[in-house]
Amino acid sequence: MKLTNLLFASAIFAGSISVLSSCKPKSAGSAVSGDAAIKAFVPPGKYDEYYNFVSGGFSGQMSVYGLPSGRLFRVIPVFSVDPEKGYGYSEESKPMLNTSHGFIPWDDLHHTEMSQTNGEIDGRWVFGNANNTPRVARIDLKTFRTAEIIELPNSAGNHSSPFITMNTEYVVAGTRFSVPIGANLDVPISTYKQNFKGTISFISVDTAGAMKIAFQLLLPGVNFDLSHAGKGPSHGWFFFSCYNSEQANTLLEVNASQRDKDFILAVNWKKAEEYLKAGKGIKQQVKYAHNKYNEKSHTATTEILNEVTVLDPAILKDICYFIPCPKSPHGCDVDPEGEYIVGSGKLAALIPVFSFTKIQKAIADKAYDGEFGGIPVIKYEAALYGEVKKPGLGPLHTEFDGKGNAYTSFFVTSELVKWNIKDLKVLDRAHTYYSVGHLCIPGGDSRKPSPKYVIAYNKITKDRFLPTGPELAQSAQIFDISGDKMQLINDFPTIGEPHYAQAASAELIMKNSQKIYRIEDNTNPYVSKGEKETKVVREGNKVHVYATAIRSHFAPDNIEGVKIGDEVYFHVTNLEQDWDVPHGFAVKGAANAELLIMPGETQTLKWVPDRVGVFPMYCTDFCSALHQEMQGYIRVSPAGSNVPLTFSVGKTNAPATETAPPAQK
Amino acid sequence: MKKMLLISGLFLLVLACSTQPETKKETTDSTPPAPAVSADDKRGIGKFTNVEIGKALDSKMAELGTKVYEVKCSSCHKLTDEKLVGPGWKDVTQRRSAEWVMNFATNTEEMLEKDANAQAMLELCLVRMPNQSLTDDDARHVYEFMRKNDGVK
Repeated sequence: MKLTNLLFASAIFAGSISVLSSCKPKSAGSAVSGDAAIKAFVPPGKYDEYYNFVSGGFSGQMSVYGLPSGRLFRVIPVFSVDPEKGYGYSEESKPMLNTSHGFIPWDDLHHTEMSQTNGEIDGRWVFGNANNTPRVARIDLKTFRTAEIIELPNSAGNHSSPFITMNTEYVVAGTRFSVPIGANLDVPISTYKQNFKGTISFISVDTAGAMKIAFQLLLPGVNFDLSHAGKGPSHGWFFFSCYNSEQANTLLEVNASQRDKDFILAVNWKKAEEYLKAGKGIKQQVKYAHNKYNEKSHTATTEILNEVTVLDPAILKDICYFIPCPKSPHGCDVDPEGEYIVGSGKLAALIPVFSFTKIQKAIADKAYDGEFGGIPVIKYEAALYGEVKKPGLGPLHTEFDGKGNAYTSFFVTSELVKWNIKDLKVLDRAHTYYSVGHLCIPGGDSRKPSPKYVIAYNKITKDRFLPTGPELAQSAQIFDISGDKMQLINDFPTIGEPHYAQAASAELIMKNSQKIYRIEDNTNPYVSKGEKETKVVREGNKVHVYATAIRSHFAPDNIEGVKIGDEVYFHVTNLEQDWDVPHGFAVKGAANAELLIMPGETQTLKWVPDRVGVFPMYCTDFCSALHQEMQGYIRVSPAGSNVPLTFSVGKTNAPATETAPPAQK
Repeated sequence: MKKMLLISGLFLLVLACSTQPETKKETTDSTPPAPAVSADDKRGIGKFTNVEIGKALDSKMAELGTKVYEVKCSSCHKLTDEKLVGPGWKDVTQRRSAEWVMNFATNTEEMLEKDANAQAMLELCLVRMPNQSLTDDDARHVYEFMRKNDGVK
């Protein structure tokens, strides 16, 4: 009773604050009903019900929130460097960001997709795609770290990715930007129609998670946008939306919006597998990077690969079919039963729903309306189950509740619309603040949604939060969908721009969460397993410092004999074996970042001293009551100096010859 | 009025939270401290209540204990009576029972919360002994290594 009172009071308090601070009468304050605070409130010390894995958009990272609180738990560095965690700065992590173009410190992570078994989220991994320099990353949910990144050759603008098949057999990646592919790449841009091609890559994922490009489909030059796999009866098929069937190469805003309908591409990937097995693929010489992070050595390695197998569906029949879809389709979503495919035309005022059964019949009956780029185009009516009439303007994405309903986001009219899949009737609509893009229901694109919340990821923020100058955090909004009507219960700010997100029950993920790296298992070549193994070794102008960190000192913490012209590598092993005791490492003048070293881990910071002097190094992550004492010194002498290379910890008496001369009077 | 009180209560709660010192790594266990166990109990708190110790040294165990010591303990504990981060280990087997040592090494958090002897050490050293994830066998081996260090043959 007391708790309820308290919650009620805080709800009123929160409500009155938002009323007071909102100046627009139609702002969100008025849209929040009385018990929203109770529904969204997770008391201090209590856990959220769901993990929410949210794309970080142009931050290049992935963020992890709790639902329904909207609390940010972690930003997982994926495609961008992260000096806070030393990601992309430590010698061990640098190779994760290698590509065929060399080291790239940034990308644009658009979508997240969790691994599935039998069409249900299994909590092993979450994938992310890089849109700019096409790549797919796999994040291990034991460690919440990027475990693997594979680059995609023959690709540009990897947007319709990283969606997966029902048992994570494949992760797909399609080209948003068609480009010249093959031998002749130096062609006029105006020859788009003749020379530009799209590709879709099928990346196989083995039981340990390792990714490999199994094959690529060579496709007509259009913009492949989004995708989802079939499931249940449609397992074995994949559906991709595409726009710019006009094949425009300039002012796409106008020139790619000419035709009444673009396409959804239906791909029979089991058929593609047959052709692949029969040796019908063409081996093509390309160049792409495959980066893996080794959990035992805490070290990433890059392998440059040189070949992919390409299948041409214009020649190899029965792999691909185009289905007309109105007005530049964006979202392409498959219902939990695997029967209905929802296409969402960005410029449309209706939502077409296609039937997998009808598509199969249309193919059997050859109910085609000609070809596009050598691929049959199924008649619109022959594939169509029905249309949701007047749902709103600009449908983008659809998620499902597993109870026969779909939830579609509408960018232009800023709303979420709930509709029934069978009778195509609109059941409810809720305003978002503002201009919603993606949306997410936990498991909402799987066979088993958990329909408690829908989260809207909005593109425009405006007056939702306290202003922070011209640049604002983008907003996400949580709606309770346990009843018939959607109820707004919480807002939270996001990093970068949130595109797609996935959510899974806390129970599924947290039980696997790793606490430490076992020091016994550490195979880093520069590990120091105990202070006894610490040392400083000179190899030419390279000085390797094998150091340890434990509450609260480094060993060694006094180093001399480094000279100008040397490159110093600090290999720091965190000897702690307890959860939540990382140590940081920073040294003055280091032209990169800090190290953040987890218990049992070894990480390496390269430091090139540029001047003579004594330089402090210290622990950056508050570790104990004596954290401020966790420091050391490294002495840098001029080139050619004869100061011997020495190192120590706990040695207090300086040799007589090494003491500084008395100050001149 | 009642609501107002509740609201201001909530505020105080928030304020109280925000003025807590930076101790996130120091208090990994959020359970409130229980009353300290009497210092008379020489066995400490944990699964070890009766450890059989032979008269003579088990040199094989002591050897295994050396390896654990070097990786996980030596950063903070010297083998002399000199205090580094934690106390030196000379004569520790005369000061402490095998059970106490092994419980402290494997059940570090609870010992620091409840055991008066462990708490007295924390007051001296001011750095909480880290839980170094020793297995039960590791703990036993380290104890044997301590015996060797104390001259048991």
